[in-house]
Amino acid sequence: MTNKKTTEIPVLWIQGAGCNGCSVSILNSESPTIKNILVDELIPGKHINLRFHPTIMGGQGEQVVSTIFETVKKHKNGYVLVVEGSVQSGANGSFCTMGAMSGKHYPFIEVLNEAGKNAMAVIALGSCATYGGLPSWSPNPTEAKGVREYFNEKGIHTPVVNVPGCPPHPDWFTGTIAHILIAGLPDSRHLDDAGRPLAFFGKLIHENCPKRPYFDAGQFASQPGEEGCLYELGCKGPITYADCPTRMWNSGLNWCIGAGAPCAGCVEPDFPHLTTPVYKKVTMERLESFKIKTK
Amino acid sequence: MAKIVIDPITRIEGHLGIEAIVENGVVKEAKSSGTLWRGFEVFLKGKDPRDATLFTQRICGVCPIAHATASVLNLDSAFGISAKIPDNARIIRNLIFGSNYLQSHILHFYHLAALDYVDVTAIADYDGDDPILKSVKDFAGRGELGPFVPRYEGDYRFDKKTNQILVGHYIQALSARKLAHEALAIWGGKMPHQCTMVSGGVTITPTADRIASYLWRINQLRDFIESVYIPDVIAVASKYPDYFEIGKGCGNFLSYGVFDLDGKNPDYASRQRLLPSGVLPKGKEVTALDTSKITESVTHSWFENTGDLHPANGKTIPAPGKSGAYSWMKSPRYAGEAFEVGPLARFMVAYSRSVPEVKKIVDDTLSAVGIGADKLVSVLGRHAARALEAKLVADNLAKWVLELKVGEPVFVKYNMPVEANGMGITDAPRGSLGHWVTIKNGVIENYQAVVPTTWNASPRDSNGKPGPIEQAIEGTKIKDENNPYEIVRIVRSFDPCLACAIHVIDAKGNIKGKAIIG
Repeated sequence: MTNKKTTEIPVLWIQGAGCNGCSVSILNSESPTIKNILVDELIPGKHINLRFHPTIMGGQGEQVVSTIFETVKKHKNGYVLVVEGSVQSGANGSFCTMGAMSGKHYPFIEVLNEAGKNAMAVIALGSCATYGGLPSWSPNPTEAKGVREYFNEKGIHTPVVNVPGCPPHPDWFTGTIAHILIAGLPDSRHLDDAGRPLAFFGKLIHENCPKRPYFDAGQFASQPGEEGCLYELGCKGPITYADCPTRMWNSGLNWCIGAGAPCAGCVEPDFPHLTTPVYKKVTMERLESFKIKTK
Repeated sequence: MAKIVIDPITRIEGHLGIEAIVENGVVKEAKSSGTLWRGFEVFLKGKDPRDATLFTQRICGVCPIAHATASVLNLDSAFGISAKIPDNARIIRNLIFGSNYLQSHILHFYHLAALDYVDVTAIADYDGDDPILKSVKDFAGRGELGPFVPRYEGDYRFDKKTNQILVGHYIQALSARKLAHEALAIWGGKMPHQCTMVSGGVTITPTADRIASYLWRINQLRDFIESVYIPDVIAVASKYPDYFEIGKGCGNFLSYGVFDLDGKNPDYASRQRLLPSGVLPKGKEVTALDTSKITESVTHSWFENTGDLHPANGKTIPAPGKSGAYSWMKSPRYAGEAFEVGPLARFMVAYSRSVPEVKKIVDDTLSAVGIGADKLVSVLGRHAARALEAKLVADNLAKWVLELKVGEPVFVKYNMPVEANGMGITDAPRGSLGHWVTIKNGVIENYQAVVPTTWNASPRDSNGKPGPIEQAIEGTKIKDENNPYEIVRIVRSFDPCLACAIHVIDAKGNIKGKAIIG
């Protein structure tokens, strides 16, 4: 369907200190598929014009670095910036460079400053970009942090929507994009204190866990492969807000707890700092500090 | 003399830059450099050893399973249970790993490499009825061609119709690689970053519905590999035959072997695997893998000179700005020589060891295409080996899943030692991967990983010998310095995984100073 009035929404997707897992997860999107996202009008009349993405774009080198700066200039306050990977502010940003143009090598943070300041909004995608994630694990050798924290330090005021997860579920990303296209930027009514859309991160995994009856009955698995609640094996479901139990992963086929593995709490701002050791039981005190959200 | 700087090299995993000095149209000198460092070994120190499996897989979101596999093998060996893993768990680990092989190889050919050979813009003239291709035509008609353009121009050789068909396959391959992840999730819980592989076995139990559901996804992938993927690689080969002649590299091949067929031999180096371990130096006979011959050199890396050391005793003291250094990657060497790793290396080793399944599939393909075995060591040879390996793995996955025994155990109990050493070796889709761990006081004292792309994309070593990718680029004729297709096609044929390659640094003290540049 060709729609002559198609509005192109420019999107730049940049990668800091991450593993590409967020990108790979979004490739797994079921409805819409990644083809729908890249090629079709995601919402009638609106097309995501992904102008920069290191893993899939055709070009390389100078020609693609210049695409970023052209977009920033031409579409000031009119493009969405997706950030994958954490922001390493240590050593003046020299832990991650992301390209060279006219003999200059650009540290990731320099591109983030420029593209972040002038964006309509930033989607911090994945637990690294939202809260620092794995690279920020103690002793955090590269001073890795999330985009919001970095923007606060730098005085950059562009709105940031946090879509955490290691990796994030593709629906959490496409759902957030759809929200922007249909209803505008999510604001404090739609986000929790950690900047996450309540639509996906509004309930504790424990609230909807199919193994919850085991927990209530005190029937716990004592080793992998055994029937029972995984609490004793370190499950972080009671301290993790996400809709994994109902949404499930990879086209709704499975999920961590469904596969007998304790939830690792990968969407939490505390991941991995307070969610590890993975296979160690959550203390009662911590358990009781996580409440059902009422917003 | 001209200097070509390509940074970033896109359509790979991670951050890579390449610099090439060109004289009279030929690359005189090539340098490959990674541009991201995260410090995995630094933050794993002092942590619960069992957590290494979940977190080392986060080194790479494209091939996390390779790290998870090397890591569980590493922990199994440290915990003294490498010969006690139940067969169900060994098989399920293979099913998880194998599914990601398929995902990774399909993704690599279609979504990382193919845009160097297939002209997406040909879709603008599509006049057929296929609804998918029509929608892509509409996309092209709107005039905003990101992310497919800009790109290098001037060497797209397929006719319009073939380009259109291949664009259709690019999209079909998006579904195929997704399907491979779905198959994986049946046993791995989710993907990327599965959650079921644990030291001692796996957390998931085999059930009849999981077996059937997995089998039929793999069967769909076998169809795709046989009827689409392999023919497309042959189509590219027929239009770009000059790429059988370039990008040869060092000609030495190394494999740790992959897919355990036997769980009872505690020595991974000699364990029976679908694709065997072995060392094949150029022009010599294949020999058994001896992991004690692995060393890492840091002469041209930004680390203090510590001599060539075995990774288990590796030292990594950053020295940014060190004179003569140009990379954050070390230079792994086997018996002092650079070795190529990856699908081509595995096939060269397996072929030399006369593994029947590999010999047959390679001989059949070579005779169908009408080329000699010597052409395999090339850009196209790497793509061909990858595609044939996808078929070999897929066919075996369909077999292995039926060997699972419903109701039998998936986990063996163990006591975690307070002090221990471990080693886990396997082959990732991109090549040989080794993890080493030292446990002290019940926590990780030292965790080392020597990863595929460090082998392939390493800088010059202590003897001044370039790494395999550097060797593959040097001597290459560049037709158009503004569109140096040759370089990116050579680099991508190795399927580099840079996030992987740059993590292996054990920082002591603060890192300050120069920008990390290519």
